[in-house]
Amino acid sequence: MTHSYEPARRIVLRAAATAILGLTLGTMTTANAVMAQGKTKVGFVYVGPIGDHGWSYQHHQGLEAVKKEFGDKVETTFVENVPEGPDAERVIEQLAQNGHNIIFTTSFGFMNPTIKVAARYPNVKFEHISGFKQADNVATANIRYYEGRYVAGVLAGKLSKSNTVGYIASFPIPEVVMGINAAYLGAKSVNPNIKFKVVWVSTWFDPGKESDAAKALIDQGADVLFQHTDSPAAMKLAEERGVMAVGQASNMQAFGKTAQITAIVNNWAPYYIPRVKAAMDGSWKTGDVWTGIKSGMLSMASYGPKVTPDAAKAADEAKAKIEGGYHVFTGPLAKQDGSEFLKAGAAISDKDLSGMNFYVHGIDGTLPK
Amino acid sequence: MIISPDFLLALIAGIAVAATPLVFAALGELVVEKAGVLNLGVEGMMVVGAIAGFAGAFQTGSYTVGFCAAMAAGALAALLFGVLTQILKSNQVAAGLALTIFGLGISALAGQGYSGKSTGTFPRFAGIDVLVVLAGVLAIAIHVFLYSARAGLVLRAVGENHDAAHNIGYPVVRVRMLALMFGGAMAGLGGAYLSLVQTPFWAERMTAGRGWIALALVVFATWRPGRVVAGAYLFGGISILQLHAQGMGLKVDAQALSMLPYLATIVVLVLMSRDTGQYKQQAPASLGQSFKAPR
Repeated sequence: MTHSYEPARRIVLRAAATAILGLTLGTMTTANAVMAQGKTKVGFVYVGPIGDHGWSYQHHQGLEAVKKEFGDKVETTFVENVPEGPDAERVIEQLAQNGHNIIFTTSFGFMNPTIKVAARYPNVKFEHISGFKQADNVATANIRYYEGRYVAGVLAGKLSKSNTVGYIASFPIPEVVMGINAAYLGAKSVNPNIKFKVVWVSTWFDPGKESDAAKALIDQGADVLFQHTDSPAAMKLAEERGVMAVGQASNMQAFGKTAQITAIVNNWAPYYIPRVKAAMDGSWKTGDVWTGIKSGMLSMASYGPKVTPDAAKAADEAKAKIEGGYHVFTGPLAKQDGSEFLKAGAAISDKDLSGMNFYVHGIDGTLPK
Repeated sequence: MIISPDFLLALIAGIAVAATPLVFAALGELVVEKAGVLNLGVEGMMVVGAIAGFAGAFQTGSYTVGFCAAMAAGALAALLFGVLTQILKSNQVAAGLALTIFGLGISALAGQGYSGKSTGTFPRFAGIDVLVVLAGVLAIAIHVFLYSARAGLVLRAVGENHDAAHNIGYPVVRVRMLALMFGGAMAGLGGAYLSLVQTPFWAERMTAGRGWIALALVVFATWRPGRVVAGAYLFGGISILQLHAQGMGLKVDAQALSMLPYLATIVVLVLMSRDTGQYKQQAPASLGQSFKAPR
C-alpha cells in the first residue's frame, strides 16, 4: 500500500467536490482528509439520515462501536441519505477508490451496486446488509427481525384489552410480510381472540402519513400498534392517545414514555466488530449471516410501564424458547385461505421464509401483490 | 364497526390535520403565482419552516415563537429565491428546484441536535386546533385581498402583464418580492404545522413531498383560494378514508387505495376547471417570466 500526502490545493478541491456531492447526494463526513498511515479505513453507506432514529441510526451505532473498539487503528467514513440506484454505485465506488479496506452497504437496494463495484475492486472487502448475492469479496448479513416481532406479538396479545392490534406496514415484500405473520402468531399463541388490522402506507418514511394511519387504527379500536415504517410518528401518537405501541429498529422510548411496551432493536456491533477485525488481520472471508435474538444482533428494549408481570413473563418465555432453537414458523401452520403450509412440527426453510408472500390463517384483509 | 359521533368527529379532525399544511403552503404559492412568479421551492421552504418552528418552540417553550420563527425562516428562504430570480434574473424553474434541494440540506444540518426530541401535544378544542381555523380564515382573507382590495389588484396586474404594470408606475420587483416572502412565510407555517402539531418532533425530510402536492393543487385549483382549500381537504379526506378502508378490511389493493387521493384530487379539480376560457382568465399571463425594466 502506498501512502501519499495530498497538496493543500487538492485537499481544498476535494473538500469542495465533497461539498457539492453532499448537496446532491447527502452528506459525506470524512474523519480525516489526509490518508493516515497503517490505519484500516472502514466505509459505511446509509440509505437514510443518521438522525432517523431507526434503521440508519442503528447502523451508525455500529460504526460508533467499531470506532470505540479499535480507536485510532481505524478510520471511519460514512455517507448518509444515499438513494438506492445508480447514485449508490457512484458513492460505493468513490469509497473503494479512496482506499477504504472494508465497506458496509446497509440497504437492500445497494445489492447490485455493491456487487458491481466489488468486481472492480477485488482487494476491497464488501459487506452488504439484507441482500442475498455474495462474491469472493462480498459477504452478506441480516437479522431475523421477525423473532423480535413474535415476542412483541406475545406482549400485544397479553396486553390488548380491545383484542385489536393495529399494524402499519410499508410495502408487501417478504421482510414485512413475515413480520406481520410472526407478530400475529406471537399474539395468537397467548390470545386466541386477537385480531390484526393491517394498513399499508406505501412508504418507508413519511411521518405525517404514518401518524394518519396510526390515528385511523386507533379510531377503529386498536390499542396496540406495530409499525414497519421508519419514523417515530406512530409511537408519538400512541403516547398522545394513551394506547400502546412497539418501537421499530431502535428504542423509541423518547417518543413514547408510557406507550412503548417494547422495541425491536437492531444491534450491528456484534457483527461489525469481528468483521472489521477480520479485515484487519487478514482472516476475512465471504459468508452469509442471518441470525436473531440468540446472537445479540436483535434485542428487545426493556419493557414499558404498561407491561404487566404476567405479559412480561409470557414474553420472556417466548424469547427463551426462541433462544433455545424454536422457530416461530413451526407447523401446524395454514395459509390465510386455510390451505396447509407446514405440517405439525415442521419448521419453515430459510428459502420459503425469505420468499414469504401470504398471510397466515387468521389474519383478515388482502395482502397487496 | 359502529359509526359513532365520536368516531365521525375524530375522522373529521384527522382530515383537517392532514389538509392544513397543504392549505397553508398552497395558499402562499397561489399569491406568489398570482404575482407572476413560479417558485418550485415550496418543499424546501416547508422543511426549513418545519425545523425553524420546532427549534424555536423547543428552545423557548412557546408555540408563538415557534410559528413566528418558521414564518421568518420560510420568508428568508423565499427572499433568497427572490434575489436570485427577481434581482439577478436567473431562471425561476432552476432556482426553485435548487431552493428545494438547499432547504432539505440546510434543514438536515440545522436539525442535527433536534432529532429524538419532541414537544408536547398541541392544544386542541374538540379535536380541532386553532391553526385549522386560521388556515380557513386566511383563505377568505386572501380571496378578499386578491379580488376586492386595491393592493390585490396591483398584485394581479403585475402577474398578468409586468410590462404594462411597470409602465403605469407599479414597482414590479418590489411587489413580487413581497409576494414571495408572503409565500415563504406561509410555506414555513405549513412546515411548522407538521413538526409542531401533526407529528410533534423533527425528522429529516419530514415534509415527504407535501410541497409538491401544494404546488400541484394551485394549478389544478386554477389559482382560486376556495378551490385550493377544497382540493387540500379532498386530498386529505381521501388519504384518511383510504387508511380507514384498509383498517376495515376493504377488499381493494392497498396500492390502488394509496393512489386514490392523487387521482381523485386531480380528476375533481380538472372537472371543476374544465372551462378553458376560465382557466385562461385565471392563469397569470406572465407566470414564470423574468421582468427586466426597460432602460
